[in-house]
Amino acid sequence: MTRQTKIVPSLREAIRQSCLRDGMTISFHHHLREGDRVLQTVLTECSVLGLKDLTVNASALMGCHRSILDFVRDGTVSGIECNFMHAQVGQEISRGALEREVVFRSHGGRPAAMVRGESHIDVAFIAASAADAAGNCNGKQGNAAFGSIGYAMPDAEHAQYVVVVTDQLFEYPLLDASISEESVDAVVVIDSIGDPERIMSGTTRVTRDPIGLLIAEQAAKAISASGLLRDGFSFQTGAGGTSLAVAQYLGEIMREQGIVGRFASGGITGLLVDLLREGLFETLLDVQCFDREAVLSIGGDARHGEISATRYASPAAKSSVVDRLDVVILGATEIDTDFNVNVHTDSNGVIMGGSGGHSDTAAGAKLSIIVAPLMRARLPLIVDRVGTISTPGEDIDLLVTQYGLACNPRRSELSSRLERAGLPVVSIHDLKAKAESITGIPARVIHRGRPVARVVSRDGMLLDTIAMIED
Amino acid sequence: MKRSYLFLPGNQPTMLQNGAVLPADVLIFDLEDSVAPAEKDAARELVSSALRSIDYGRRGLAVRINDIEKPYIKKDLEAVVTAGARSVMVPKVNSARTLHHVAVMLDLIEEEYGIEKGRTKVIALIETALGIEMVFEAATSTPRVEALALGGEDLCADLGCPRTKEGTELFYSRSRLLLAARAAGVDAVDTPFTDARDEEGCYADTVYARGLGFDGKLSISPHHLRPIHRAFTPTEEAVAFALEVVDAMERAKREGRGAVSLRGKMIDLPVLRQAERTLELARASGMFTAEMEGAPE
Amino acid sequence: MNSKQMKRARAGTLESGDVLVTIEPADSLEIKLHSPVINQFGDAIMRSVREVIDSFGVTSGTISLEDQGALDCTIRARLATAIRRSFEDEEGA
Repeated sequence: MTRQTKIVPSLREAIRQSCLRDGMTISFHHHLREGDRVLQTVLTECSVLGLKDLTVNASALMGCHRSILDFVRDGTVSGIECNFMHAQVGQEISRGALEREVVFRSHGGRPAAMVRGESHIDVAFIAASAADAAGNCNGKQGNAAFGSIGYAMPDAEHAQYVVVVTDQLFEYPLLDASISEESVDAVVVIDSIGDPERIMSGTTRVTRDPIGLLIAEQAAKAISASGLLRDGFSFQTGAGGTSLAVAQYLGEIMREQGIVGRFASGGITGLLVDLLREGLFETLLDVQCFDREAVLSIGGDARHGEISATRYASPAAKSSVVDRLDVVILGATEIDTDFNVNVHTDSNGVIMGGSGGHSDTAAGAKLSIIVAPLMRARLPLIVDRVGTISTPGEDIDLLVTQYGLACNPRRSELSSRLERAGLPVVSIHDLKAKAESITGIPARVIHRGRPVARVVSRDGMLLDTIAMIED
Repeated sequence: MKRSYLFLPGNQPTMLQNGAVLPADVLIFDLEDSVAPAEKDAARELVSSALRSIDYGRRGLAVRINDIEKPYIKKDLEAVVTAGARSVMVPKVNSARTLHHVAVMLDLIEEEYGIEKGRTKVIALIETALGIEMVFEAATSTPRVEALALGGEDLCADLGCPRTKEGTELFYSRSRLLLAARAAGVDAVDTPFTDARDEEGCYADTVYARGLGFDGKLSISPHHLRPIHRAFTPTEEAVAFALEVVDAMERAKREGRGAVSLRGKMIDLPVLRQAERTLELARASGMFTAEMEGAPE
Repeated sequence: MNSKQMKRARAGTLESGDVLVTIEPADSLEIKLHSPVINQFGDAIMRSVREVIDSFGVTSGTISLEDQGALDCTIRARLATAIRRSFEDEEGA
């Protein structure tokens, strides 16, 4: 390896050269979503090399990463830090698969922790669909293109040793260097960084469920009534069916009233790309692409920009995109009467998610809206106390359900606006009572097992702990 | 205001629950075509249970019962009437005799259970050629009849023609049903639109039906409720004119006159009735919010 | 009702929001409940099941409920249908 070429013949060799030792921390991004092969392959090599007690710091662990549990069992991995954990991994963690507590952060909190020295990455493994021999790389080109590589940018900046892993080498210099050679130590070319079919799920779809559509339409009307919907408007929404429906209804209102938004941010989908192309938004600030439409757009449209997780949401950055956001649409598994939201655990206390950008956007946006059905099958959404506090109630402004809208009492002015617009505003206590009149009052499930995870706020404070469940 | 009538499959618990929040003016709990023959008893039980336990707000509650020739028809009626159904929709109505039969059964049930006589209304679903021929007779068969509804799908099968989005094949049937309804003083409800995914098509179809004089429209999909309501939403001009009419007639009344001139037009009772209906539709469409001053309450 | 006349019967489906109730004749009464909300509503469900069983005078049989988060009114309705079906001598809704 030289300063002209950093290519290392294999992952195993790259790990050796990185001087990775027992007890160190390795990091990954999750832009390859359910099609990722890199995390599993790296851990396999680490195991073969006899490395032990590694901490895996991944922006998220998806269902395809459940093999990480095998590496926990064989001692290769003894610590996990992430912003989201799929139920397939979470259900084992909840049952005590890991001795050490998992550290849950948010997309903005993760780079902030690196800056504050709370989290240290020894070796970062950055999967890229296109790279050159010096380590310039991106996710926009190549067969396994996944779009924005935003979550990996802080790793490139802060990790001790950076390994770019690609399956498609381009001639130097790769012109569009999302991550630049300045930070890269080694480049490894492997057969496949991931399954393109499972990296990008075709196109994300607006829900057809009439209840979801009802909720979404109410949320769009609430945004319109809030006074924030005018030229220069900024907006963020999730990739779920109901969240996308909000964007669709909002688009209708903006079209009717001739409103042009300044930017839409966060995880980008084809629907937002359509709004960009139609001219309803002037730019897109993309930290993650959710579907093929978004991947194609970020590669070809100058108005569709890539942003790092730091720029997106880090509270340690001098400013970030979430600080500028007018409205964000979010989900919840549970919400309590103080508006605290849980997106980490289900009604039985089992880990099945994580903040992602939830707590960041809720903290930054002028109007944070939770859209959710009042109950899922028989389980009510609104509880006395959430099982896990993912986002504190003071950052949540409005809950929209099919049975009405509940406004945080801190926002009395918003409440009046919504009422004047003819929206069905009710107190959160009344909504809870309504749910219970339909489902019955659920027995409270309390877990007293040892802590298996801690939820760390974007400022590095302990927000909550998650207990082991007993079956 | 009964602009939209939504069918809910009687054997699907989630749909019966969803009916409580979907913006339909009338819910039709279906025991007939959407329920498999082996599940008729299950649907009857589920619908009765839902009617008793679920809060449907101010929505109209109707039940489409099975063909009255079926042996369990009395069980159907008894279960749903005692559970709280306010109307029964009778399918394949071909004659006054069918509705007499239903009316007699309802008389007996209401008496047995101490329900106010005549409380349970009847919606006659006309879906055969014979039904169209006998429609006025059916409409006037019993004072319980509150509406005539058109079942276009089955009717076209009987007529031997394809059912289309444009609906020209139903022109005569729609007009005939509408006339009979008006002559009998009951509501006329149009056939469901053919394509659950085509909201614009449903809107156009409803505009057409409303133009003929129909009071409401049947629907088999929650996705049709929005376009149906949009089609029944009066324009702002129509609402403004209606407010003027009401105002003018009030003045006329105070001055002891029965008619008045407004913008060169003669305004009398029929025009007032139209205006009042326009305002009711406007209210139902949410056109009057607390923000508007002088909005009639 | 004479529960000796009970025959095998079922009602409901495994769709979300529904419950599949199966009744098998047996010498004693046994209620088997599988539900994703057993922690939150297990006791409430059992109470409703016992009420319905008592109202029909059922004193024996194995009654299995595969619940998919059904509301109380749905559980009662499906159970009632299954019990009625298990009492039937021949066809007829």
